[in-house]
Amino acid sequence: MPQQTVHKVEVTPQSARRTNSFWSRMIRQRQLILMSIPMVLYILLFAYGPIWGWLMAFQSYKPGFPILEQTWVGLEQFRFLFTDDSFIRVLRNTIAMSLISLILGFVTAIGLALLLNEIKQTGIKRLIQTVSYLPHFLSWIIVTGLVSMALSTEGGIVNVVLMKLHIINEPILWLGEGKYFWGIVGLTNIWKEVGWNTIIYLAAIASVDPSLYEAAEVDGAGRFRKIWNVTLPGIRPVIVILLIMNVGWILNGGGFDIQYFLGNGQVLDWSETIDIFVLKYGLRIGNYSLGVAAGIFKTVVSIVLLYCANIIAKRLGEERLI
Amino acid sequence: MQTVRKKIKAEPLLFHTFNYLIMLFVVVVTLYPFLNTLAISFNSGVDTTRGGIYIWPRVWTLKNYEAVFLTGKVFDAFWVSVARTVIGTAVSVFLTAMLAYTISRKEYMFRKPVTLIFVLTMYFSAGLIPSYFLIKDLHLLNNFLVYILFPGAGAGLISAFNMLVVRTYIYTLPESLVESAKMDGASDFKVFMSIILPLCAPVLATISLFTAVGQWNSWFDTFIFASSRQELSTLQYELMKLLSSSMNSNANPNMSSTAARDLATMVTPLSIRAAITIVASVPILIVYPFLQRHFVAGLQLGSVKE
Repeated sequence: MPQQTVHKVEVTPQSARRTNSFWSRMIRQRQLILMSIPMVLYILLFAYGPIWGWLMAFQSYKPGFPILEQTWVGLEQFRFLFTDDSFIRVLRNTIAMSLISLILGFVTAIGLALLLNEIKQTGIKRLIQTVSYLPHFLSWIIVTGLVSMALSTEGGIVNVVLMKLHIINEPILWLGEGKYFWGIVGLTNIWKEVGWNTIIYLAAIASVDPSLYEAAEVDGAGRFRKIWNVTLPGIRPVIVILLIMNVGWILNGGGFDIQYFLGNGQVLDWSETIDIFVLKYGLRIGNYSLGVAAGIFKTVVSIVLLYCANIIAKRLGEERLI
Repeated sequence: MQTVRKKIKAEPLLFHTFNYLIMLFVVVVTLYPFLNTLAISFNSGVDTTRGGIYIWPRVWTLKNYEAVFLTGKVFDAFWVSVARTVIGTAVSVFLTAMLAYTISRKEYMFRKPVTLIFVLTMYFSAGLIPSYFLIKDLHLLNNFLVYILFPGAGAGLISAFNMLVVRTYIYTLPESLVESAKMDGASDFKVFMSIILPLCAPVLATISLFTAVGQWNSWFDTFIFASSRQELSTLQYELMKLLSSSMNSNANPNMSSTAARDLATMVTPLSIRAAITIVASVPILIVYPFLQRHFVAGLQLGSVKE
């Protein structure tokens, strides 16, 4: 980004004291303030205001009484969470599905971007891109609906193809067995987002200095050598930035909607994530305190992870996110 | 010598064949579920249960769509979805652009804190239950306004990501435009309205698409905050109710013949589901090709480090 220099010369009377200049700046910039502060107040109320509710995690909250008149239980809710088998399982599911989605997502998006970059016919390339971006815009309800149809035992395409290829002899109830669930979540994520995720990589690939390829060619490098030694190092900063961003979302479990819609009684032990746990305890069972505690755990861990990833990236001399 | 040349030529050919095969696979895998659903939505529900419908209907019918629209629920929900998408997008895009303008002004004294407060919201959430209590205390439960105001699955009034995208775009505009307008005595609001906003048209198209898609696809806020008022139900929420009732029957072998037992009627849960899936995705499919070149450019802008 070309940095624009500020030409505006701020004339402040020399005699003006610091406080005076603060207030006079405020008056001078009153329009900028009026244009932004209402939105700041809005976001403070809607996004930061609910932090007040975190107090519930240290109480045994009963609906109907003001929050400050509840019974305080200290860290009891957190202690219960971490000794509760079901929460440990939920945590395992969350991290496993995040990692699977993260790794599969990165590898496939970078791979597809590299392959797309090798297609020189613009029309065909554009067509493939148009098709591959499409699922990104569909809601998770639609996507999981399509997935469950494709995996169905009654003429679902996955079973049909696998049977035609004689890989399996009878239809598999993909969504009825826990051992398949994580993989299905990973693949569904890829199906929806892989095309979309190539956009950034393609932009990064396009900005690699062409003279590097020419130099590599002079040295006798083939297609794969050029990809390995020029393209991939060239897009490394982008990969690192995206990795950092994604690390912050590791307790999202690869999305909430997929597990919510594809999960069912038979795969509960494999499909339940923190978000679903919160929903279940909070709004269905009515144990608000436990739900809030799990939510706090998730938020705090996410921020710590993001912060650590950011520091590691700094140490490695990579670009940082914040 | 000849064999060497052949080898050099054979390598690209092999590679390109392999590459095109992979691309074909990607395209087929992406499109097939869609075409399959489209075919099922136009196929007689009873006939579909016999299986073997791939991308072309066997027994054409419009009954599924009739059933979808005749229930009335879906029709009303469609309009709620349209309303929240149009209003939510217009309000959010305008306010996001205005905020982006203020934080693009280098002289603005609160530029850094304002930016930080919004960027943090990209990574941090107070959680579902506290948010629910807030919405309840603000008397926004079962209120249309929650669709516009709640900064969740939709976008809320401001999307931090979109704000950064617009700000980056404003940086690319010549500063002298703002300077000379201010020289002529234009206020910041006037500069924003008459200079920045028109010039930002391409990037506003991008964030409009992002916001509109978010609004259109949102179901969670309806589910949590507005599920007890049928007249606030959205298309995605109706679809969700339909899907979650029929999906469970799909996963459970004992119930999987529900559809078969439904022979008395022409439509089945599966065929209705297919029809409503198509109804919910058609608006996006119509808008999408026109905006493609904008969102690609926009996303690249957003990825530039602040």
